[in-house]
Amino acid sequence: MTTATVLEPKMPVCWRQETKPHKFCPGCGHGDVLKALGRAIDELGIQDRVVFGCDIGCSLLSWDFFNCDAIQTHHGRTTPVMTGIKRARPELICIAYMGDGGGYAIGAQHLVNAASRNEKLTVILANNAQYGMTGGQMAPTTLPGMKTETSPYGRDVDATGNPTLGPEMVAAITPASAYVARGTMANIPQLTKMMKKALQNQIDGNGFSFVEALSACPTNWRMNAAKTWEFVEKEMTKYFKVGELKVPAAKQEG
Amino acid sequence: MADKPIQGEKRMFMTGNEVCAYAALAAGADIMYGYPITPQNEIMHYWTRLAPKHNRTFLQTEDEISAGFTTCGGVLSGKRAFTATAGPGNTLMQEPMSMAEMMRIPAVFIIQQRGGPSTATVIYSQQEVTMTCYGANGEGLRIVYSTADHQELYDYTIKSFNTAWKYRFPTFVLGDGYQAKMRESLTIYDPELRGIQMVDTYPLVGLPGKAGADRDPAHLRNTYNTEEELYEVVKELVGAYEKFAPEIVEHKTVECDDAEVVILCHGIVSRAAVEAIRELRAEGVKAGMFRPITLRPFPTEPLRAVVQKAKKLLIVESAEGQFARLVLPSLYGLTTPLETIYKPGQGITSDEIVKKIKAMA
Ligand SMILES: Cc1ncc(C[n+]2csc(CCOP(=O)(O)OP(=O)(O)O)c2C)c(N)n1
Ligand code: SF4
Repeated sequence: MTTATVLEPKMPVCWRQETKPHKFCPGCGHGDVLKALGRAIDELGIQDRVVFGCDIGCSLLSWDFFNCDAIQTHHGRTTPVMTGIKRARPELICIAYMGDGGGYAIGAQHLVNAASRNEKLTVILANNAQYGMTGGQMAPTTLPGMKTETSPYGRDVDATGNPTLGPEMVAAITPASAYVARGTMANIPQLTKMMKKALQNQIDGNGFSFVEALSACPTNWRMNAAKTWEFVEKEMTKYFKVGELKVPAAKQEG
Repeated sequence: MADKPIQGEKRMFMTGNEVCAYAALAAGADIMYGYPITPQNEIMHYWTRLAPKHNRTFLQTEDEISAGFTTCGGVLSGKRAFTATAGPGNTLMQEPMSMAEMMRIPAVFIIQQRGGPSTATVIYSQQEVTMTCYGANGEGLRIVYSTADHQELYDYTIKSFNTAWKYRFPTFVLGDGYQAKMRESLTIYDPELRGIQMVDTYPLVGLPGKAGADRDPAHLRNTYNTEEELYEVVKELVGAYEKFAPEIVEHKTVECDDAEVVILCHGIVSRAAVEAIRELRAEGVKAGMFRPITLRPFPTEPLRAVVQKAKKLLIVESAEGQFARLVLPSLYGLTTPLETIYKPGQGITSDEIVKKIKAMA
């Protein structure tokens, strides 16, 4: 006689079961990005050393997401809070998690300066091309022509500039020991690898590590599942090229 | 904890900023995060010279928002962390200070007031009283010591670390540009030698053991979803603050027992007041002084006791009524006549106070 196989949902072990299902909207990219992060934490076996910091924006909904100590702070200020912890307690693995508004608009000076100082931190930024929590306004990453609540006729790049290329900027200002990549929720295995490398870079005491993850906000995009995926895979990647931008020399693969 | 850089007792002649750096060292501060602004710069300068010799650290951040938040991070990780700022830097730092209020982060902030509003002067004022006590969005759940001289800068900088960690509210040493920059003598000492035990620090995150297995994770937040939830949280914070307030409040009186005119002032202005009292008493005018040392919490009861006996009051401050706004609610219901000397951003001499009190007679 055969026993029936029970298919367990493959949740990362470091996720806190009590707080699942999570609080993001159905189809939100945050959950997927945090899945990749959770797997990376699991595979590296660092759960008991991680301090997770989240921002204001939809990322704050992850304040009790992991079985890790966590701090939810102000809009854009997660990077300095984590810097403060890491400088005081270098043995901890500090992860700053934020949206594009938190990282590229209000908190840009902290990202730039933490990167320049090569803080031994891992910053993960979910790029959903607009402000999710406040209801879909334009973000630094909003695509040209894209309609949002504050660009109702489409983003006019003459008036508001081009989408911010975060990883490209961080790669340009960090030393060779930094790790910089852009992944996507459309490729979780690859995103997980990037997160692992970003965390490993911190564990090795090498330098700053930064992963931008292309993410979805079907709610504010007002898109169904099929269109959401198409937008992430086809539209966003026109501007935001997926791949590794900086890999510490010694760690280069191949 | 780090070693003991200040051994025994020593008479010193130095600037107030230097005093703060030595006091932080003596208090066992582990780490300073800071950003340059006059007139507090030398706190960082001395700290960065002294700290590495005693295994302490420093980070110069990109701005005061970051200096405040990194300080909060340092404290959350269990270190005796502090920062210092002034004027527009104090304005920027209100955001992390409000997080410290909400999460009861025992961070220490040294403020050396300069002129305001905005960039104003880099010299002196008492114009950061309202902001330091009640800045940011919240209820002003802070502890604020207003110092008058270098000895107090030393004593209260040490004390601020203990008050912060004992009661877990952000704690401020409110000095000013004069105190920061001038030299005077004081005694520096090893706190332990005077029976001052430094309150142990402890981490709020990065706790030992595996979260979810050996213990619950520390999940700290400052965002709340409902009005009711926030109401509960704030009421609890206010309740704790009010419960501890009687243990925290401090004040000083000079010649108040038989005083007919009582000068109300704080910080360095009290030194002009003390001199004025000496001169007035010599001429037979019964003058006294009441000086809150803690501006938050405010010493309401002792103030009322003094005011009830007085015939006249004079509020003196180097600001346009910021201190008066702290005093007046404490006088509710009393009808003692009151006059003021307001000199925003300017120092006050004993002569001015003497002249004013004589004119009031
Ligand atoms: C100082 C400050 N300004 C504005 C806000 C309001 N606010 C909250 S979330 C948010 C946008 C968040 O967008 P993003 O960082 O892209 O994250 P997402 O919600 O898209 O994940 C804003 C502007 C705030 N909380 N604090
Ligand atoms: S609003 Fe958008 S970003 Fe926020 S939880 Fe919903 S789908 Fe996700």
